[in-house]
Amino acid sequence: MAKMNMLHAINSALDITMAEHPQACIFGEDVGYFGGVFRATSGLQEKYGKHRVFNTPLTEQGILGFANGLAAFGAPALAEIQFADYIFPAFDQIVNESAKFRYRSGNEFNVGNLTIRTPYGGGIAGGLYHSQSPEAYFAHTPGLKLVVPRNPYQAKGLLRSCIKDDNPVIFFEPKRLYRASVGEVPEDDYSIPLGKAEIVREGKDVTLLAWGAQMEILEQAADKAESAGISCEVIDLRTILPWDVETIAQSVMKTGRLVISHEAPITNGFGAEIAATIQQECFLHLESPILRVCGLDTPYPLALEKEYVPDALKIFAAIKKSVEF
Amino acid sequence: MTNPNNVSLNLSHALEFIDGHALNIPTITLLDQNGNLIDGAHAPELDKDTALRIYDTMRFIRLLDERMQAAQRQGRISFYMQCLGEEAAVTASAAALKDDDMIMAQYREQAALAYRGFTLEQFMNQMFSNEKDLGKGRQMPIHYGSNELNYLTISSPLGTQIPQATGYAYGQKLKHIDAKTGELNSQIDAVTICYFGEGAASEGDFHAGLNMAAVHGSPVIFFARNNGYAISTPADEQFKGDGIAARGVGYGIKTIRVDGGDALAVYAATKLAREIASKNGEPVLIESIAYRLGAHSTSDDPSGYRSKDEEAQFRDNCPIERFKKWLLNQGWLDLSEDDAVKEKLREDILNALKVAEKVAKPPLEDLISDVYDTPIPALQKQYEELKEHILQNPDAYPTTAGRIK
Repeated sequence: MAKMNMLHAINSALDITMAEHPQACIFGEDVGYFGGVFRATSGLQEKYGKHRVFNTPLTEQGILGFANGLAAFGAPALAEIQFADYIFPAFDQIVNESAKFRYRSGNEFNVGNLTIRTPYGGGIAGGLYHSQSPEAYFAHTPGLKLVVPRNPYQAKGLLRSCIKDDNPVIFFEPKRLYRASVGEVPEDDYSIPLGKAEIVREGKDVTLLAWGAQMEILEQAADKAESAGISCEVIDLRTILPWDVETIAQSVMKTGRLVISHEAPITNGFGAEIAATIQQECFLHLESPILRVCGLDTPYPLALEKEYVPDALKIFAAIKKSVEF
Repeated sequence: MTNPNNVSLNLSHALEFIDGHALNIPTITLLDQNGNLIDGAHAPELDKDTALRIYDTMRFIRLLDERMQAAQRQGRISFYMQCLGEEAAVTASAAALKDDDMIMAQYREQAALAYRGFTLEQFMNQMFSNEKDLGKGRQMPIHYGSNELNYLTISSPLGTQIPQATGYAYGQKLKHIDAKTGELNSQIDAVTICYFGEGAASEGDFHAGLNMAAVHGSPVIFFARNNGYAISTPADEQFKGDGIAARGVGYGIKTIRVDGGDALAVYAATKLAREIASKNGEPVLIESIAYRLGAHSTSDDPSGYRSKDEEAQFRDNCPIERFKKWLLNQGWLDLSEDDAVKEKLREDILNALKVAEKVAKPPLEDLISDVYDTPIPALQKQYEELKEHILQNPDAYPTTAGRIK
């Protein structure tokens, strides 16, 4: 085990992949010698050469088009979109191409070798265009998998699973935690299964559910609740698509209550899908309405970020509301 | 002299703009309309078997197009797109490739697939989206694809295959790069050809794909079929500048423009393009100038946007006839059998159509397979619920009800 921040953990997962497959390629804007704006790919071009770790022209749709082609050829394509906010020019290549390659061809062709890494989320004073959480747009598209890690250990293990998975995967990296989150991470290879949520804290009064950077906020809220005598079960969803209905439903059947939190705007956010499904699965077990603590239906602001974000205090208020219903 | 801006600084003191058409790129043509080699033109090396296979493919596609256009009008298939007027451009370019080369087409390149060996039955099964369709009945007619024949399955969104071709070709090149020196170890054994129309060249994917191919040295042949119309929009409302070829030059890509009605010129240009791509590991652009004689698709009516006179002018310049005359000049074609072969092909096509339209639709399992490598739990659950519903109401779902396992 070594102490790593999330960037080191991601770098380590990429390094293992590059050593494993002679044709694996890492590409994106500034990812070459510079190592990416956040330095997630530092040192990899020196190690694996300019032909396998390279800068692309500034074209997100080009990066994903290229990635789809490379993956269809059979090479692991590790594409980076510098900020998730800038993934939209590549939207067509992802939702019409990556997601449907296998289905539309009757499995004659597939892009299972494709992994898209992209930093998402707020908390870095990035304003409208460096803070978005676009997971829900992609969660509406059959054929994709979506994964979000909460800390360095999770990041390395989940990223390795994304790369090994035989489907196109978008790996959303919580950029606020890149350097802020540090923990013990094995230097060797390991992987964490996709599609499985993790119960990170057991409790009996209310289930709290989030993913990525929001997990830290959820735990702070759970601490406040414990002090107030409320026992919280805290769950990290980890994989948004396909998501682990069973683990969430079992927990809610036990606690009778569910509070979901995500950074993205509340309307049509992925929390809505979870609320609808859990309501159906657990209707007779629910003691109170499922609550969502999310971003407002506004673009992500700059100056009033503190007011905007679903912070621990807002979640604590929702927990109280849920148990006092 | 170069500088950090990656341009050669040819300093000048005369304030002059370069005109958009200043390049005036020539159009390579070898055969006249009577199939005679034009004075000063050199025919490429083309053996008799290949030449006849090009001719047979063009003739087959013309007959298939005619029959399937009619089948759509009869309501037997939902949609069709003809290759009419561009048979030489598509067939001769495909003939200049090797079987391992990847073909990424737009949608009007059935001749390339036929040249590769896609059978009449396979064409029909796709168009009737029956259970034998390689694409499992998921896409509209003409969205062919075959892994075995290295022909990527067609996708309806326009131009998406262009940057994909760049990525695919990069993979083909990577196999030949020396990990230590970064140099090409050997000639690249397989390259990619990417077909698209002049309309698709307006999409962002075109610019992204060409620029990345140029910068990263992808061995891809970009084959622009400039056929005069993008659906109903004539080329002069699609772009200014000297065609699509001028853009290739702008991206730093070796570029050639050919007469797309001249199979010999297209074959020669594509052969050379393949050599450049495989030897140097770099992209090449070919702009084929032809005329889309048919409608864009069966949903289109060209009489609304072009005159009969215009069509007649081009109808007289049939690319198949032109090549046929050359074959006759070579003494390679026996005309006495030509009509009989045509008649036989027509019969085969009609028979294959009748067989394919009676083949069962795909089974219910094909509705949920291939979304992922294995069905995810939510989808599996939806499938079980659907199966139960169908079994309870079998009369409402006659295609699948009796076949549920």
